[in-house]
Amino acid sequence: MQSEEEKIGDLGLEEKEAVVVRFAGDSGDGMQLTGNNFTQATALYGNDLSTFPDFPAEIRAPVGATFGVSAFQIHFGAEDISTAGDDVDVLVAMNPAALVTNLENVAEGGLVIVDRGAFTAKNLNKAQYDSNPLEDGTLEGYRLLSIDIHKQVLAAVEPFGLSHKDGLRCKNMWTLGLIMWLFDRDRSVTTKNLKSKFANDPTVAEANIAALNAGHAYGETAELPVGIHVYKIPKAKVISGIYRNISGMQALAWGFLAGSELANIDLLFASYPITPASSLLHELANRKEFRVNTFQAEDEIAAVCAAIGASFAGSLGVTSSAGPGIALKAEGISLAAASELPLVIVNTQRGGPSTGLPTKTEQSDFNMALFGRHGDTPIPVVAAATSADCFDVAIEAVRLATKYMTPVMLLSDGYLANSSEPWKIPDFDSFASFKVKHYDDPKDFKPSIRDEETKARVWAKPGTPGMEHRIGGIERSFDTGDISYDPENHQKMTDLRKYKVENISSDIPLQEISYGNDSGKLAVVGWGSTFGAIHQAVKRAVKEGLQVSHIQVRYLAPMPSNLGQLLSSFDAVLVPEMNTGQFIRMLRSEFLVEAEGLNKVSGQPFKINEILASIYKKYKGLEG
Amino acid sequence: MDQSLPTLTLKDFATDQEVRWCPGCGDFAILKTIQKVMPNLNRPKENQVFVSGIGCASRFPYYMNTFGFHTIHGRAPAIATGVKLANPELDVWVITGDGDGFSIGGNHMMHMIRRNVDLQILLFNNEIYGLTKGQYSPTSQTGTLSPSSPAGSIDSPLSPCLVSLGSGGTFIARSIDTESKHLSQIIERGSKHCGSSFIEILQNCPIYNDGIFEQVKNKKLAADFRVEVNHGDPIIFGKDNKKGIKLNRESLSLEVVPVAGNEDQLLKHDERNKVQAQLLASMKGPDFPIAVGVLYKEERNLFIEDNQKQLRKHRSEKGSVKKLLESGDTWQVK
Repeated sequence: MQSEEEKIGDLGLEEKEAVVVRFAGDSGDGMQLTGNNFTQATALYGNDLSTFPDFPAEIRAPVGATFGVSAFQIHFGAEDISTAGDDVDVLVAMNPAALVTNLENVAEGGLVIVDRGAFTAKNLNKAQYDSNPLEDGTLEGYRLLSIDIHKQVLAAVEPFGLSHKDGLRCKNMWTLGLIMWLFDRDRSVTTKNLKSKFANDPTVAEANIAALNAGHAYGETAELPVGIHVYKIPKAKVISGIYRNISGMQALAWGFLAGSELANIDLLFASYPITPASSLLHELANRKEFRVNTFQAEDEIAAVCAAIGASFAGSLGVTSSAGPGIALKAEGISLAAASELPLVIVNTQRGGPSTGLPTKTEQSDFNMALFGRHGDTPIPVVAAATSADCFDVAIEAVRLATKYMTPVMLLSDGYLANSSEPWKIPDFDSFASFKVKHYDDPKDFKPSIRDEETKARVWAKPGTPGMEHRIGGIERSFDTGDISYDPENHQKMTDLRKYKVENISSDIPLQEISYGNDSGKLAVVGWGSTFGAIHQAVKRAVKEGLQVSHIQVRYLAPMPSNLGQLLSSFDAVLVPEMNTGQFIRMLRSEFLVEAEGLNKVSGQPFKINEILASIYKKYKGLEG
Repeated sequence: MDQSLPTLTLKDFATDQEVRWCPGCGDFAILKTIQKVMPNLNRPKENQVFVSGIGCASRFPYYMNTFGFHTIHGRAPAIATGVKLANPELDVWVITGDGDGFSIGGNHMMHMIRRNVDLQILLFNNEIYGLTKGQYSPTSQTGTLSPSSPAGSIDSPLSPCLVSLGSGGTFIARSIDTESKHLSQIIERGSKHCGSSFIEILQNCPIYNDGIFEQVKNKKLAADFRVEVNHGDPIIFGKDNKKGIKLNRESLSLEVVPVAGNEDQLLKHDERNKVQAQLLASMKGPDFPIAVGVLYKEERNLFIEDNQKQLRKHRSEKGSVKKLLESGDTWQVK
């Protein structure tokens, strides 16, 4: 097998069996579409992969502007891929702005493919290039493939009679065709996608397909610089089964659908549009054949309140937002906690504070998730680690909310939501159900009856005779459920709310080691989307003989009961977070461990090398 | 309507909770009227859900032996919408006050009304913040003296009925706390209306705004300061019904005229006429009487019904999670 595959040494990738490709262009250039199509073809080819769409907040920024550059990065190959990659091996730059904003991420000797047709004086000026980087030596140290894609694509679509402007719109497909040639991908899925996307305009579909094929043919026939030829990246060795690609947001939505089936309950998903969380609303709005109803509320507060209303009525209310919207929902979440109704809140975190970086990723809402409510209002908090993990975490959030009659916060982030990875489709029949039973026994009924074990209040829904009762945000008597201002009762109810959440630690799996041994010199502890980068860094460190282990925590509140003991089995603890150090404070205060933080808040996910460098540094200190 | 329902009385709708409003509060009268009207509606008691926000009025659900949810300030409309979306069979009642419904919760009120969610909204309007001890509210008259406006409030008040009309309300009515018979009729009509039924109840706060509606409530004064509008009837009021309302067609405004000599020109109430509803809702003293009754009513598409239609359409075939997971592009690794 290996003999058929050409070494990709010409790209300076001799030791690697994986490649990082980054498509970059104007936000109107269709880079996300290009990336998604390449991802599909790559998955079907059999590589493991991970993607990272990186787009600006502006929908259509001025053409050629650096702040309007939209990029899509894909990391694929034979090995276990869990991040979108550190350095870029192949950069596709559709204009000077895309080049200037992305070149620093390209590996030394990497391939840079540019559309020469877009390197006009005007565009160079917009990218603040004083001279043309294709000619002034800027790209020395890289391999350059400079093609006038403008000219190529116009020639390719000429038979279809499109306007100049519409013809040029096909240049992303031309470029995709070329990259597909470069990595020996099959174009048939893209052809199918184009036909379906432009079903109402077959001419446009055909023109795009012609551009795709022309780009591919260019690779086959043009005399390209030495060393640029078809690269066959070995297929990944993965467990057998049926696979699909899944993005975090899709997995989350499907997880809720699955959760509603397992709980045997209807969902009301109530949300208000916000970047980067809206796609969850879009996905669920399109899935009403399942037990989900969706409601686009007038604001964030109405969204959480409608969800709470649905829970009062016997469905499970789910609401979703990003940081600023979650802040607005805080009072509603406290109402759900006080009235002991189930609720799931999804926070797809983005860069903060305030509007911050709406399209970029961060983990800076940890504190808000755990502590961002008035009063003593503990709620369970869970975090998804990978795109596929979102599916399981959504199911778990539904289970905890309905079993314990409590709001549950589910943390995702902009990176997780948008990135995708291959997923071995689980056997849904093997999932354990956790059917909800609404209370309906009118004998001595009162709304304060509790489950002996979980202390969860009964869930009696309107429409059930004999269950008439009143609840609300005012403190209620432990015994009767009626309003109570009694001092001792408030103490008792506060203790109860605390106990209820803490007790969940007996109902969640013990913390496992994600990679490495269960004791050693250094534990790298993460939560959320840092999983991939930590995993790769620890794996490399272990390969080099370092006694390092990776612990990724899903249950942030309550934390697994063995976590403290596990941390104490290591000489040192390193906590990488995309914030200024929020989880680490929790670990220190709960377990009195001497943890050290690695903190990054650039709006970009961690690179493997950043974590690896930190591991080396910390490790060196331990040996010394 | 279910004929097999047991016969219920006022007592069936009362709870064992001590009612905690101030002595003389208009809310007592409203509570009594609603407890009395509920059996007449002939609907299952277990399907009645009262949702409220925060404020004196919002304590109301605790005193109704139905389902009740006393929520947070201003958000009852959003919570009620969620209740109704989850179970369209329920009869949902939103109990709110002028501060709760039109200040902190104004946004939700507007959107609940425009969506035409099938529920009843009872606004207890006493033109003051009671529970927080007497500050001026968004319906307080300009110049209201209060702890937060010692020199008189400088805000202009809004008219809840006009806001509802402007929000696309399909049932807009006004009544008075102590006029039990009138209030009962309005509530019965409102509960039968399909859509958001908005009922403003002028309510006296004896502690912080006592007598603010004296002219419309006082038996002696009311004849001249209050007019009851009924669909199809000429709009007349005053002692011995000697005064009437006429539409000046040139200025598109209302005028008070003597009935005598103007019999043919008196405005007849047409509750389907939105322009007229706006004119009637705007009437206020001292030049005009305040209109009570159903000011406006229309049939329009129903939010919950349309939502249900979409759900039914999608659910002609039930979704399978297993099939969903395997949908789209998949590949086999051997």
